Amino acid sequence: MKVAVIKYNAGNICSVVNALHRVGVEPCVTDDPALIRAAERVIFPGQGSAAPTMTYLRESGLDAVIASLMQPVLGICIGQQLLCGHSEEGNVDCLGIFPGTVVQKFTAPAGVHLKVPHMGWNSVEELTSPLFDGLKEGDFVYFVHSYYVPDSPLSIASTEYGGVRFSAAMRRGNFYATQFHPEKSGNVGERIIRNFIHLCHD
Amino acid sequence: MLAKRIIPCLDVKDGRTVKGVNFVNLRDAGDPVDFARLYSEQGADELVFLDIAASHEGRKTFVDVVSRVAEAVSIPFTVGGGIHELDDVSRMLDAGADKVSLNSAILRNPKLIDDIAAKFGSQVCVAAIDARCEEDGTWACYLNGGRIRTEYNLFDWAREAQERGAGEILFTSMDHDGVKQGFPNDALARLSDNLTIPVIASGGAGTREHFADAFRLGHADAALAASVFHFGEILIPELKAWLREQGISVRL
Repeated sequence: MKVAVIKYNAGNICSVVNALHRVGVEPCVTDDPALIRAAERVIFPGQGSAAPTMTYLRESGLDAVIASLMQPVLGICIGQQLLCGHSEEGNVDCLGIFPGTVVQKFTAPAGVHLKVPHMGWNSVEELTSPLFDGLKEGDFVYFVHSYYVPDSPLSIASTEYGGVRFSAAMRRGNFYATQFHPEKSGNVGERIIRNFIHLCHD
Repeated sequence: MLAKRIIPCLDVKDGRTVKGVNFVNLRDAGDPVDFARLYSEQGADELVFLDIAASHEGRKTFVDVVSRVAEAVSIPFTVGGGIHELDDVSRMLDAGADKVSLNSAILRNPKLIDDIAAKFGSQVCVAAIDARCEEDGTWACYLNGGRIRTEYNLFDWAREAQERGAGEILFTSMDHDGVKQGFPNDALARLSDNLTIPVIASGGAGTREHFADAFRLGHADAALAASVFHFGEILIPELKAWLREQGISVRL
């Protein structure tokens, strides 16, 4: 299985590579459009902020490469947010793979003491994708983020923090994404990565 | 529902795990990578590794430990000790650490927090604070593993660290650390309620009730302990099952 991990100006690629090694995959970490297009699975990982990352993707031409992909793609964390339509983080238009979706900042409801970033293990519900085969409703996964994507028909998993229910994961066509970090989510995360690698792609 | 986190902490010296009691009397307690794997399997939510080696050779050994841990476990981990500048942070993140914990370095040079947050993101920067409640009731921050008192007050410094871009506060009360009489819950609650970033309670756990108190009374987001886990006095699966029975949200 040829798996490409997209290399760009966002951190945390090392964790994704280690997680792939643990499921027996030796990925190719690359920003070469030909290698990315030729891979059977593509992972778009990351930690970072939306505006500088979008600028980098546009200037490097990776925005068009990602949008053109036909094989299963998995966006992680900022990777999910960048697949959306727009982000309030730096007020920037994103890749638009998940049309009409707007990335928003956590704000505390009146009278609630809300810690931001949303950091730690949270339960996920409404799991509706083969990406989550073998998981149970309420399983815990690891999140670190200050912005979120509201629930929408594209959600394939949902979670709650600070009184807001939002997309823990999304899918449109061959594009899958998680707001949480499967590569840091223990056995549950490892199962999700395996599922992604073995997805039946039609 | 967001879970309260249970975090074993491993002090590492020359590639081995040790644990200080009240910051002295180091005891050898085993191989850090074995502990990492074991704790991950037992359901630890995160791990912290503190490099307490002073030598250059020890530092190199520690980077190797960090890489091996990153390969072995799939839960987040933080590393601390000997991180003084941005290059040190890069080295640890490149080796596979998720976060870095800084203590004396940021008290000496608070702007380092701004620099780490700008370059790597706030989530990477854990501001560790060693503090002691002085006779007049104020909490003073200490440098160099508790050897040098500073003019910084715990609550003011934690607030400043947050404003500069720290992603979490790891608070150790020097008088509670290692003596297994519980966490300083009043100070913890005051700290947690005055901040908008998570607070990790560190040092003082002796019983499972102490963890419950840190969450309920101390409003901590996470609790860290070392020797009670290393020497099997408290087993993480039993602790977490019990905490859930008490109505505290934990990951099982």
